[in-house]
Amino acid sequence: MISTHLPALQIILPLLAAPLCVILRNGTLTYWFAVVVAWLAFAVSALLLQEVNAIGVIAYKLGGWAPPWGIEYRIDLLNAYVLLIVSAIGALTVSYAKPSVDQEIGGDRGYLFYTAFLLCLAGLLGVTITGDAFNIFVFLEISSLSSYALIAMGRDRRALIASYRYLVFGTIGATFFLIGVGLLYQMTGTLNIADLGERVAAVGPNRTITVAFGFMAVGLAVKAALFPVHAWLPNAYAYAPSVATIFLAATATKVSIYVLIRTYFTIFHHDFSFGVMALGDIFMVFAVLAMLAGSAIAIFQTDIKRMLAYSSVAQIGYMVLGVSMATVLGLTGGMLHLFNHALIKGALFMAMGCVFYRTGSVSIESMRGLAARMPWTMAAFVAGGMSLIGVPLTVGFVSKWYLLLAAMEQNLWWILVFLIIASLMAIIYVWRVVEAAYFMPSSAGAPTDIQEAPMAMLVPMWVMVLANFYFGIDTKLSVGVATRAAKFLLGDAS
Amino acid sequence: MEWPGLYNYWIAIFLMVTGLYLVMAPQNLVKKIVGLNVFQASVFVLYITMGKVTGGTAPIIAEGIEVYSNPLPHVLILTAIVVGVATTAVGLALVVRINESFGTIEEDEIRELEEAQEDAS
Repeated sequence: MISTHLPALQIILPLLAAPLCVILRNGTLTYWFAVVVAWLAFAVSALLLQEVNAIGVIAYKLGGWAPPWGIEYRIDLLNAYVLLIVSAIGALTVSYAKPSVDQEIGGDRGYLFYTAFLLCLAGLLGVTITGDAFNIFVFLEISSLSSYALIAMGRDRRALIASYRYLVFGTIGATFFLIGVGLLYQMTGTLNIADLGERVAAVGPNRTITVAFGFMAVGLAVKAALFPVHAWLPNAYAYAPSVATIFLAATATKVSIYVLIRTYFTIFHHDFSFGVMALGDIFMVFAVLAMLAGSAIAIFQTDIKRMLAYSSVAQIGYMVLGVSMATVLGLTGGMLHLFNHALIKGALFMAMGCVFYRTGSVSIESMRGLAARMPWTMAAFVAGGMSLIGVPLTVGFVSKWYLLLAAMEQNLWWILVFLIIASLMAIIYVWRVVEAAYFMPSSAGAPTDIQEAPMAMLVPMWVMVLANFYFGIDTKLSVGVATRAAKFLLGDAS
Repeated sequence: MEWPGLYNYWIAIFLMVTGLYLVMAPQNLVKKIVGLNVFQASVFVLYITMGKVTGGTAPIIAEGIEVYSNPLPHVLILTAIVVGVATTAVGLALVVRINESFGTIEEDEIRELEEAQEDAS
């Protein structure tokens, strides 16, 4: 039956579709092919989540080799949830892509974009679905290598150097993770994550395990762009093609946060990670710094894509903050923000993609007076911006609310203050764009024939925006799954 | 434990730190890629050396042999080498493109050109 092979299909579909795109070679044809594949991948992950909800953990033996020798795909609530986010964003992004890719990359080279896009999707889904630590490294590199290619396709020549810096950072990060996996293998003789979890606890803390712990923490922090090691992110997002930015901003760092959660809750038990090693205290400081510094730098950007990229650095701080508390509420808040931030940044970068498509620029200057000419696009930006700030009825509010609750539960009042300060700073940087678009006349030399973006871009963008409100009001899916996944990770059966 | 003990680990650590230094110190983008390669090679050495069992032989079943080395880390590192080669290829391809569009592969000069472009826009 095909339904028993869903976990394998999740990866194989985009992975095999990517080289087929190169063979097809026709821009329009590869676009439709990529759309079909991305939506099929989404359907598979929706079915997987449903199945995990109904029957619990799915363990899939790849090639029939029994774990811990073979590679196991192990899907519990946590990664079923992340799979759904990644594949949903992937499907919406690729649906939106055609006009933007045709313009920014060129119709004749468009097929290469879809190839790299599908490879990146396969890599990110692979990192999430696999139950094997070494396999995580391999998929991480598949997704990273294809995202270097995606970023380098940007029209600005600075995209090349941004991609190069990301390559250097990303490789060091992934290799640090690899060193950690190697040291763990040395102590336990296994690479299977579930197996590692048991054996690491059995071996007990010793020098090798502690060193592995440190290497993995640094490596994953680089990949997730946590504050002091975030330097690769802003320019990579600012100069990448619009569609690549949407996809990477909404998924790539989230998957690294997922690996972080998996490593420190499943492999190293949370008692060890957050009790003995005090990882929570370290991450909490960096998370708060990320929130404040990211938001503060965002205020002074004139390039709106780079402004949103710095805002991403701040939002990663929110997620890590939730994780660093290592309580059910905190972890729920962190995971919720992972889901919600994907929707928020997806919508905002899609709006910027539309603006760039029509005006050829995303500077604050080019936003002036734009609301009259592109009302739907700017309305989407305002809605996404409200969600980013955390206005009630949007998803941004829900996750910040849970983070506030988690901080209050632990009497961390200073966190409460910083959360509010960072949100106020978000109001400032979102408002700058709104002010320019709605309350300023167009600048003198601006072209006057700017029209609303085409339907093919508006529809996926507004689906994303409406999702921001839908999951802000009906939180059953996102909060329900996140809470249960958090309880599962913390071993709280209730 | 007699001197020099598990000296292979010292070699791995030496290569690791050398590689990291080479990634950071030079301005030349190609040299940075070389540093990245040295850094990755150190991890290969780390994996390969941990699979070796003293007195062990290649894992082929034969009469009269009882101690075998662990082949798994070796196989893992084959995969990692492939990943490393791919990363090097992408990195060097980017350097070629950077040279085409900036006319230099020295990072300080590129940074100046970047800043000039930023001020102009």
